Amino acid sequence: MHNIKILFLKELKSYFNSPMAYIFLILFAIFTGYFFTNTFFLINQSDMRSLFGIVPLIYLFFIPAVTMSLIAKENSSGTMEIISTLPIKDSEFVIGKFLAATTLIIIGLGFTLIHFFTLLAVGTNIDLGAVLCGYIGLILVGAFYASIGTFTSSLTDNQVVAFIIAITIVLVFFLLDKLLFFMPSGLGGLLQFISVDYHLSNISRGVIDSRNLIYFGSMIAIFLLTTMRNLEMRKWR
Amino acid sequence: MIRIENLVKHYGDVKAVRSINFEVKDGEILGFLGANGAGKSTTLKVITGYLSPTAGNVYVNDLNILEHSLEIRKQIGYLAELNPQYLDMRVFDLLEFTAQIRGIEGKKFRNALTRVIEQCGLSGILHKTVAECSKGFRQRVGLATAILHDPQILIMDEPVSGLDPNQIVEIRQLIKELGKEKLVIISSHILQEIEATVDRIIIIHEGEIIANGTSQELMASFHGQTELTLEIQGTTAESIAALKDAAPEISIEKQVVEGDRTILSLEYDKGVDPRIAIFNHAVKSKWTLLEMSTKKAQLEDIFHKLTIRGGSDA
Repeated sequence: MHNIKILFLKELKSYFNSPMAYIFLILFAIFTGYFFTNTFFLINQSDMRSLFGIVPLIYLFFIPAVTMSLIAKENSSGTMEIISTLPIKDSEFVIGKFLAATTLIIIGLGFTLIHFFTLLAVGTNIDLGAVLCGYIGLILVGAFYASIGTFTSSLTDNQVVAFIIAITIVLVFFLLDKLLFFMPSGLGGLLQFISVDYHLSNISRGVIDSRNLIYFGSMIAIFLLTTMRNLEMRKWR
Repeated sequence: MIRIENLVKHYGDVKAVRSINFEVKDGEILGFLGANGAGKSTTLKVITGYLSPTAGNVYVNDLNILEHSLEIRKQIGYLAELNPQYLDMRVFDLLEFTAQIRGIEGKKFRNALTRVIEQCGLSGILHKTVAECSKGFRQRVGLATAILHDPQILIMDEPVSGLDPNQIVEIRQLIKELGKEKLVIISSHILQEIEATVDRIIIIHEGEIIANGTSQELMASFHGQTELTLEIQGTTAESIAALKDAAPEISIEKQVVEGDRTILSLEYDKGVDPRIAIFNHAVKSKWTLLEMSTKKAQLEDIFHKLTIRGGSDA
């Protein structure tokens, strides 16, 4: 736990030591702000559903960009040799990195709270529960995508390659629910359960079901464990 | 103590280390010598836990590297080849991070920091980022992070490569200082870099150890030849031919005539000394002897011959 905290803080600092964090946060705020306010006054409803709808789409490109350097950069700059010869477990290394990326995403989400305050100022009959659940859903999806990004970053020492593979995997999970129509009916239930949208929409409706939490928890665990396994395999190559 | 038994490491089809056995005791400075690609770095990477062996065993203080990797990593300080560093971190932050990971905090950290700043001469650069440091200073920073926890075992992969001569002297001095109480392994592909610093030398070639011993032992076991150069005035063809009778152990390799002087290059086996016979012959033949100098086989020649031939004379 001690080492995870140290690695987490180091990684977070390194985001803010480079332009990476600032570019991510500013662009994230601009995109979410644009898409939210674009329709907010037109539909005349006191909810944030349009924001919650658009953020997963923005995640699609932004999270792989945030995570691509996590491990790939350590591989390419040779610092992997430094970190692997310190008394750190692979699990601590991976979780520290993953938490740093997830925290940056949560900070980004924090910027969208400005829209919530706007809503409080101008709206009436606001369903606070739905807003809270919406944010919880976005944090879970963000963490899930960050775990995918952490995994793809461990596959290569090339950040661009890590970025492209991450987008591809994220896209599969994102689109699965939308492509059910083309899938064989026997597979429908399974594919729906694997897709992100199905679980996110459940949570966004204000129902936090343990099934949804288990889905996100186990998906994150699968990708992080695969990352750890991948790092362990590197020693034997 | 480090003990390596039948270490084998393959990268796919490439056999980087074939079968290596050696032992290093506490308080010993070992020089690990070999041409580029001989398997030095791979061996060191296995000892430090960065790579796992394909076969064989590595014991550090009687702990097996595969079963007690974390424990062993706590006891080792490692300066990797090319000294990779987190360039965006300030030197102080890097040292603090390393200390935290190694569980050195509070007063212990302040003491360790003061020690490495003094040992590695870092006082002026603590608040610079690593990227802003010159190559020599980066090497010192790498060394500082390696010795911050005062490890009993220090492993340095090519610690002086790419440094200027003054920096090499400084780092060498520091290594000697550290080696008084620690087990130190230094690798290099240049013999002079480590010859003066180490207690014992292991020469590795194509993944196998081809020589192992102190520099004196290596010299003694090397069946080399001594070269002798003579510069003489007043020679005749007969008197030169008669030299061979006077000192039968020599062979005349080269004869150059420059004006009235003759320069002879002779060779004879190590262990015999024909110089007195040569001198007496010169007196008898009324030569004027301008120069008689020998060049013994240097450790450099041994390294060169061993790694070119790949055979073992030691």
